[in-house]
Amino acid sequence: MDIVNFTPVSAFLGGSLIGLAVALFFFFNGRLIGISGIASNFLTTKNNRLDNFLFLLGLIIGPIVYKLFTQEEINISISNSFFLLGVAGLLVGSGTRTSGGCTSGHGISGISRFSLRSIVATVTFMIVGILTVLIKNTI
Amino acid sequence: MNRIVSLISGIIFGIGLTVSQMIDPAKVLGFLNIFGDWDPSLAFVMIGALIVSSPFFHLFKSNKKPFFADSFSYSNNKELNKKLIIGSSLFGAGWGLTGLCPGPAIASLALLNNSSIVFVVAMFIGFYLAKFFDLTTQAR
Repeated sequence: MDIVNFTPVSAFLGGSLIGLAVALFFFFNGRLIGISGIASNFLTTKNNRLDNFLFLLGLIIGPIVYKLFTQEEINISISNSFFLLGVAGLLVGSGTRTSGGCTSGHGISGISRFSLRSIVATVTFMIVGILTVLIKNTI
Repeated sequence: MNRIVSLISGIIFGIGLTVSQMIDPAKVLGFLNIFGDWDPSLAFVMIGALIVSSPFFHLFKSNKKPFFADSFSYSNNKELNKKLIIGSSLFGAGWGLTGLCPGPAIASLALLNNSSIVFVVAMFIGFYLAKFFDLTTQAR
């Protein structure tokens, strides 16, 4: 194992902002942030639909605000084919709804509350994610 | 007021994903590549988030109600079951294939990137399928 591209300071700062968003949403609105939950509920239920929409809109506005303030380009690289992106999207969508959370819902909101379910979920998706990358890199 | 909080929380969350570069799936795949060239940054994102959010839950969960809503709404499901493991495994597989999870995927729509759009559309179909087959778990 070699450590590469490690950016601990920006990671920690960005993470603190994510934690702040989770704390605000809980303190003021009484809800836990889980992106998969908010996004799927926006689609499938009328409850809190406007709040869910505004949150998702904010999530998309966030990177634009960052770009306006810092004048920095945001670079992302996705090298997968559309077919693979479609398969992965289906797995992520159905999987997160079956387990009740994703990286934010289980990984941050759930673990913040010391929920054992969320700790088990997070360990599981990390192990499977790591194994998937390992298999992908060997074939 | 709660509408404004929803929008602002989303914006702060999106900025956090951008500052930490988690909006870039290549960065996430670097974290999952623990047996190769490993980028531990994602762990620091989680530590930063937990340090800020965790005290809030533990300080305010005994409050009767949140500021702008009638009650706290989250489930207290404690069941460790097959659905939790199977769902998390499916998610982990999709995550490992592309490095995309729901938050960064939706935030990256800001960049009008075709790959993000394909992924997000498929993810929403996945949400529907889970709902259709009645697999949904509303709990953490």
